[in-house]
Amino acid sequence: MAKHHVEATVNGDAVEFLCETEETLLDVLRDTLQLTGSKEGCGSGDCGACSVTLDGRLVCSCLVLGCEVGGQRIETIEGMAKGEALHPLQQRFLEHAALQCGICTPGFLVASKALLEKTPNPTETEIRYWLAGNLCRCTGYDKIVSAVQDAAAAMRKG
Amino acid sequence: MATQTYVGTRTIRPDGLDKVTGRARFGADFNLPGQLIGRVLRSPHPHARIVSIDTSRAEALPGVKALITRDDFADQSSEFIPAGEMMMNYKDVVRNVMAREKVLYEGHAVAAVAATSVAIARRALKLIDVTYEVLPHVIDVVEAMRPDAPLLHDDLFTVGVEPKPDKPSNVAKRFEIALGDIGAGFKKADVIVERDFKTAPVHQGYIEPHAALASVSEDGSTELWCTTQGHYIVRAHCARLLGLDIGRIRVTATEIGGGFGGKTVVYLEPLAIALSRKAKRPVKMVMSREEVFKASGPTSGATVHVKMGATKDGKFVAGYAELKYQAGAFQGSPMQPGVMCAYAPYDIENVKVIGYDVVSNRPKVAAYRAPGAPISEYAVESVVDEIAKKLGIDPIDIRMQNAAHEGTKAAYGPTFGPIGLEDTLNAVKKTEHWNTPLRKWQGRGVASGFWFNIGGETSASLTVNEDGSVSLMAGTPDIGGLRASLAMVAADELGIPYDKVLPIIGDTGSLGFNFLTGGSRSAFSGSMAIVEAAKEIKADVCARARKLWELEPGQVEFSGGHVRALGAAADTHTPMSIADFAKIAGKTGGPIGGYGRINAQGAGPSFGTHLVDLEVDPETGRVTILRYTVAQDAGKALHPAYVEGQFQGGAVQGIGWALNEEYIYGDDGKLQNPGFLDYRMPVASDVPKIDAIVVEVPNPKHPYGVRGVGETPIIPPLGAIANAMENATGIRFTELPMSPPKVLKALKERGLNKV
Repeated sequence: MAKHHVEATVNGDAVEFLCETEETLLDVLRDTLQLTGSKEGCGSGDCGACSVTLDGRLVCSCLVLGCEVGGQRIETIEGMAKGEALHPLQQRFLEHAALQCGICTPGFLVASKALLEKTPNPTETEIRYWLAGNLCRCTGYDKIVSAVQDAAAAMRKG
Repeated sequence: MATQTYVGTRTIRPDGLDKVTGRARFGADFNLPGQLIGRVLRSPHPHARIVSIDTSRAEALPGVKALITRDDFADQSSEFIPAGEMMMNYKDVVRNVMAREKVLYEGHAVAAVAATSVAIARRALKLIDVTYEVLPHVIDVVEAMRPDAPLLHDDLFTVGVEPKPDKPSNVAKRFEIALGDIGAGFKKADVIVERDFKTAPVHQGYIEPHAALASVSEDGSTELWCTTQGHYIVRAHCARLLGLDIGRIRVTATEIGGGFGGKTVVYLEPLAIALSRKAKRPVKMVMSREEVFKASGPTSGATVHVKMGATKDGKFVAGYAELKYQAGAFQGSPMQPGVMCAYAPYDIENVKVIGYDVVSNRPKVAAYRAPGAPISEYAVESVVDEIAKKLGIDPIDIRMQNAAHEGTKAAYGPTFGPIGLEDTLNAVKKTEHWNTPLRKWQGRGVASGFWFNIGGETSASLTVNEDGSVSLMAGTPDIGGLRASLAMVAADELGIPYDKVLPIIGDTGSLGFNFLTGGSRSAFSGSMAIVEAAKEIKADVCARARKLWELEPGQVEFSGGHVRALGAAADTHTPMSIADFAKIAGKTGGPIGGYGRINAQGAGPSFGTHLVDLEVDPETGRVTILRYTVAQDAGKALHPAYVEGQFQGGAVQGIGWALNEEYIYGDDGKLQNPGFLDYRMPVASDVPKIDAIVVEVPNPKHPYGVRGVGETPIIPPLGAIANAMENATGIRFTELPMSPPKVLKALKERGLNKV
């Protein structure tokens, strides 16, 4: 079967690609567009390491087909820092040692950014439930939650 | 010791920026031009003889460039070699990476293919015709020990029993340690508690699946990129399994997305090399999560029998235990460390522990964070609590009364030097947490834990660049802050700013041998090697200064980051920094650098004590962790935030082990929960903040006092949570995980399931 021709934007840039029907958005990002910041931990939407936003909505890119995203706005970890300036979440993750191996970190950052855009002043419980779709096996989540709380406070101050 | 400007502070890790921007390259992120995709055909049966493998249809499929089976691997003789804290045997390894006579578990590799696309590789696997003669299987460890159990290996005779058995069995080994006279010990006891425990096999659960990219050229030169805890070990295994020269293989460890012991062995790596050697093109292989669960190492499930005796004033006088650990399809469970650790936290005169290593039709176990110790120590910590309760003694006090301390002779052999168990018990007892009241259905539990820690062969280098910055090369993968820890040590040793140290992880061609990251050894041994490398640099710049200043040995010294002239000469010679020497390196003898090559000894044992509050929902059996405190002796925390991170992460892995995680098999011998939805690891909403108390009793054998910290934190949670469950419900749970169905059943049996 012929491949699908898809046009979309990734981190603000127009992209155009061909993909097989069964290829996921994660496959397209990693293999076709060479954006390997989004990770595949499970391929079944259980670990959140492949989190991206699609027209502002947080999704697991392993559960979206590449051929579904035509005309949509995709944001990935690669688009989070602006020029030399890290996003406050990225900065706080570094300061709080909120990563150990770092494989889940892109997913946590993308998911946390989506949370703070919706809920600028989340409680600890809200943070924990929002991030319940992201697995981290190294940190025990403690420093991740602290980093998100701290970033939220910094962002509220502007 | 050098002035500590950075050691002990919370610096930003040098590799952090790459890891928060998505730039860091992990196992599956590497690609080469012209690469093929490799896939593995895996056994659908838990136990079967391979009658034949016909690959002709698959090989004829356009786009298939190479196909390998058992025929591509020479058989290996039986030889045991250390693999992290475990032992392995190449005769078994060659059979685990590719089944030979039989498949021994569902998911066992039977063939592998390399093709021009994923779709073609997948289609090719369906065209491989394997004829199996299905055999009866055995999953449970106790059933596998029965004389009439299906036999996995005809040539497996139990080692460690007299007389030597005349018939093969599934029991690979019996191992025993003893101290004092166990019989006499129990005679002294006023109270004896005896219990049987059972734990389920659990997976390390690293989020990054195994991945490897191999490129073999026409002359046999081999390059390999893979996610591993030890690329030198991968090199050795691949050379052995494929008959290659070690010197012709270069292995680069990618960034590693978690390992916890599970990435100390090889699975895909030899297959990728074998496929690339056939195809003469690079081959990339990545496991799916299902493959990770079915074919890579979980740790053992086990049954444990514990019998302990104490006098009425709370002194432990006898400790006996019998451990039966699942090894999976091939021998080599962590039974031995389990035996040695069982009673190590306590000063007991009479100890006897016996362990059995038992094979069954499950994936071969791999190391998992303090391999073997959480299981045996969970059982002992549960019984310790029961004894305390029977005698009406506070559970921290009874541990304090019996705690191992400097001079205690451990049943597994050594006499302890300075150790911090008592300090961790004291630290926990002083917390507000310990002194906060609880409500109905809530319970508090405490437990301690011990792990040996190891050192081992380590190489590291420091190279002074022209601008005075220093390149640091280490040879053990950075699995959670190693670069930061080593860079701080280098900066303090040389008296240069932390951000002038540029750490990288070298490949196998760039540094001498390094044993793998395991045994909580990397920061301990790596920092010792860095101290040695820095010594070389300091001696070198001192010699250069003497020549420049025309002084005798003894008239210069390195201190505060500078070479200084001593005595009267101090007035006429301005002290020179490393950067000053970098500028004139060419004129004073050439490039400046240092190399540390050591076999690190003196890893100080590590002790910790955990405190947990939980609440049981009597309607559903669900357990909620309310509050958690970890206190552990780090010797010296090089980077306190990453030390705390080890404590917190280990505690949460232990919480998963205690409450939810388990391999569930059907009667057909197939794993029923090979995914993160049904293999339920803790998520953020399952756990509270984890308070971390870093106790520092310096290790006298390390220049900064460091002890390994990574493994001990996973040990106490199992016992602490079981003890808290008993306090919340009055029920002593003896089986892990304490998942809602089991808890609810126990509550119902006692008529407690009403609010």
